Amino acid sequence: MARTDVQLMLDVKAGDEQSFELLLRKYRTPLIHFLYRMVRDSAVAEDLAQEVFLRVYRARKQYAPSAKFTTWMFRIATNLALNSVRDNRSRQLEISLDQKVDAGEDEQHVIEVRDRAPSIEQELLARGRSETILGAIHALPEKQRAAVLLHKYQDLDYGEIAKILECSDSALKSLLFRAYETLRIELAPLVKTTGG
Amino acid sequence: MWAWKRNREASKKGCTRTQAQFVAYLDGRANPSERRVFEDHLAGCATCRARAEEFRGLCIALDGLPVADPSPAFDANLRARLAAESTPRGFWSSWVPAPRFAFAVMALLLMAFWVSSLPQSSRAPVFSAQAPASDSDFRMIRDLPVLENYDVLSKFDVLSELPGVSGALVDRNREDTE
Repeated sequence: MARTDVQLMLDVKAGDEQSFELLLRKYRTPLIHFLYRMVRDSAVAEDLAQEVFLRVYRARKQYAPSAKFTTWMFRIATNLALNSVRDNRSRQLEISLDQKVDAGEDEQHVIEVRDRAPSIEQELLARGRSETILGAIHALPEKQRAAVLLHKYQDLDYGEIAKILECSDSALKSLLFRAYETLRIELAPLVKTTGG
Repeated sequence: MWAWKRNREASKKGCTRTQAQFVAYLDGRANPSERRVFEDHLAGCATCRARAEEFRGLCIALDGLPVADPSPAFDANLRARLAAESTPRGFWSSWVPAPRFAFAVMALLLMAFWVSSLPQSSRAPVFSAQAPASDSDFRMIRDLPVLENYDVLSKFDVLSELPGVSGALVDRNREDTE
């Protein structure tokens, strides 16, 4: 009989390295997929995935099966990904604000910091369809992005996602609605309605 | 006209009420009662029907999102990091995470060595400087009855030879006693 994730983790806690190997093999790919969609950089996604497994391994002695293993693992992954996105964004902001701006005679020139991805038309010209979708997801607020990726691609139930994002079930449903509504509008040219 | 407006208002209210159930209905996770309420609303709201169709189209579009698979080096790199984690560390490597503590201990040891290596003569003045002072104090206290004896002092010619004391003052003292 196949052991559950929690049982595997308890075996790791007891010193069974093979059980950790099984967890690694099972979750390596979905974790990297999730992290890649969060940070849009395969090298960073791999690095973060390694960090997730390292943290799981380090915490094995204190592991208590209070929640599903996937909830715990994706919570670590989500926090790491959000930190990475924030660090990267602040780095980019520093660079763009440090750049010299030719203000001309106007002393009160305002640096415009874009907070949205380019329009769908520009994206379609420059990139392929997949990149456009990834860009639209990336333009979502961090929590909405994580919610969509966990809901759509990791097949986690609402309770699990709510625990990962530390919010209530109803707040999560509203969050998901707002995220999908934004994507529906942003990706309208790509979306074919099933009825028409 | 009024009936149409009333229906529209009711539909709007239903739209806001069913928003939270929208996603659960479309991904098939809504329970039967939620599902029935939502379908009733859809039957009377063309806007939400159109939106639901677009949501279904969006779900299909999102299926084609690109992914990045683990590189061949992923496992090897992770195993190396895990091996480094589980390798028992030697005595000296245990100092590495606490460099401040190690530095403080080193500084204390160096200071103790420096103090102990100082020559005795350089440390002696601290104590010998006190000794003569206390010895002279003791002698002064011992001679105090003599020094306070006016008769002795008035006939003490040696005082006139002192550099700061004038001879006149000594003479006057002598006259006074006589």
